[in-house]
Amino acid sequence: MVVKRRNWILWQNRGIVLKKRVAYIGVFTALALIFSYIETMIPIPIAIPGIKIGLANLIIVLALYKLKIGEAIILSVVRVLLVGTLFGSMFSVIYSLAGALLSLLIMYLLKKTETFSVVGVSMAGGVFHNVGQLIVAGIVLESTSVIYYFPFLLLSGVVAGIVIGIVSNEVIKRLQKI
Amino acid sequence: MKKNDFILLGIILVVAVLSLGLYTHFAQKDTGMVVITVDGDVFGTYSLKKEQTIKINDSNELSIRGGLADMMEADCPDQICVKHKAISKNKESIICLPNKVVVEINGGEEAELDSVAK
Repeated sequence: MVVKRRNWILWQNRGIVLKKRVAYIGVFTALALIFSYIETMIPIPIAIPGIKIGLANLIIVLALYKLKIGEAIILSVVRVLLVGTLFGSMFSVIYSLAGALLSLLIMYLLKKTETFSVVGVSMAGGVFHNVGQLIVAGIVLESTSVIYYFPFLLLSGVVAGIVIGIVSNEVIKRLQKI
Repeated sequence: MKKNDFILLGIILVVAVLSLGLYTHFAQKDTGMVVITVDGDVFGTYSLKKEQTIKINDSNELSIRGGLADMMEADCPDQICVKHKAISKNKESIICLPNKVVVEINGGEEAELDSVAK
């Protein structure tokens, strides 16, 4: 009897926890979408294709540190698909996806080693986001001349990553446990 | 920012600078075109970028590899063209006089002077 009741309570709690997590992931996704949208409105004076501040990555880094990794992956993929459908072309989705997933993978691995701060992780994330896009571009275009963009994208990735990292760090410090 | 962050930043910057240097160094060689003339008539024009072996009129064989054009074989008695070093820079040439074959580079990197006599 007591066991049955206890199990029932545990299940109820689990349900509540799941609902809570789904709600949080939903909020994160919405935020990522908004940030991406804001970014489409900011013109960047530099002419290199794919160069951007990556505001949505702020949300991704937050998710990496505050949510479970599986949830962060889902968030990333959904974000890319939605943003691609709403604000971009289907064609750009594959570049974004490659960049986002590679970036997330590297960030996750670096975070696990626990030798880098949020800023460092975000910096690497920014770099590898661009690297991923470059690799896909090279494959799709069947050309190695995309390598020309490599140094510039490395640098912009680093700068964007550091900025996002600093902001993320401050937010993470102030967020309560999810 | 932890110390390791700076190390990572340093590594990334080094890679960026290196790749920039590598690119500017290798990019030049690739833009040249190899123009082969036989007896004054243009036999063919080939890109330095593309690896290929070209048979010229059964008498000479030119190979383009790694951005360099080199005469591999010739049936001329002196073999000067074969012994000539591989060319890649603008206006450099390999000439096989007996067979009247001229291999010249157009475009691409400018060659430095071999020496200047005063």
